[in-house]
Amino acid sequence: MLTESQIERYSRHIILKEVGGKGQQKLFDGRVLIIGAGGLGAPIALYLAAAGVGTIGIADADDVDLSNLQRQVIHFTPDIGKPKVESAREKMEAINPDVKVITYKEWISAANINRIIADYDFIIDGTDNFAAKFLINDACVLAGKPYSHGGILQFDGQTITVKPHESACYRCIFPEPPPKDAIPTCSQAGVIGVLPGVIGTIQATEAIKYLLGKGDLLTDRLLTYSALRMKFREVPLKRKSNCPVCGDNPSITEARDELDALTVCDLKGA
Amino acid sequence: MKLSINGKETAITENSDRTIDSLLEELDVSQRLYVTVELNGEILDRPAYETTPVNEGDVIEFLYFMGGGR
Repeated sequence: MLTESQIERYSRHIILKEVGGKGQQKLFDGRVLIIGAGGLGAPIALYLAAAGVGTIGIADADDVDLSNLQRQVIHFTPDIGKPKVESAREKMEAINPDVKVITYKEWISAANINRIIADYDFIIDGTDNFAAKFLINDACVLAGKPYSHGGILQFDGQTITVKPHESACYRCIFPEPPPKDAIPTCSQAGVIGVLPGVIGTIQATEAIKYLLGKGDLLTDRLLTYSALRMKFREVPLKRKSNCPVCGDNPSITEARDELDALTVCDLKGA
Repeated sequence: MKLSINGKETAITENSDRTIDSLLEELDVSQRLYVTVELNGEILDRPAYETTPVNEGDVIEFLYFMGGGR
């Protein structure tokens, strides 16, 4: 049951017919995991906390660095040197004390991902390397957990929502990660600071819609965004029957580390 | 020959030998070795790039890796 002050806090949600008191309660009962407390994770964590998603997990082993602050809007200048998950938790709790924030100060790997995602209804990929992106896809597909993929680089972004075994997954599009260092990272190639705000808020919107059970998720279509051209495009996709993880004869049957893609070029500045 | 490439109508010279692979080279597509190609709504397997011909009116999408996020 929502209290008097909660009804006021969420009043702009509650007057939406797609949300209402019932929907707000669904958000409150919802559990969303954000992997990565950086560029994408920052707006996602802030908006999900503000929206009243009841339990939000946030995973990242890194500490706040000066070079993060140009885009990772959940971290402030005095937070430099602090664990990102702690810095994020403080802001989320300050925005909304109703929310339970669970922090994981660790890098995800095949060894811990199943344990970490198990307790959540919806997972959001806010990571900055292909090893993590493929691992999240595989673990979520194998565990049947819906998730949102997001990727950014320079002035371009992409996002897709995956409903395992119902809609196309990341490996349906990209069967294998690129070799290490083949594709530049944000720390090497740069990223315009507002870009993760655009892609991250779309990912947060997907989590909220999923919890509410309203609207159409961004499934079977890759949304691409060019900030320079100020263009969104949607590429329709289909599941691939020979997908290595969600296809008819999958070669990947348990979460595994993509060793060739594992090293992030520059974790500190990433 | 007219193609739709990433939503843009693109005119290229007639060439009956053209394959997806040679098109990638001709257009100097970025991430050429890793880009995923969707042809008329179907994602192609990479080994098929060399043997799949490009035809008038094809709708082609190049899907690029984007690994950033933090």
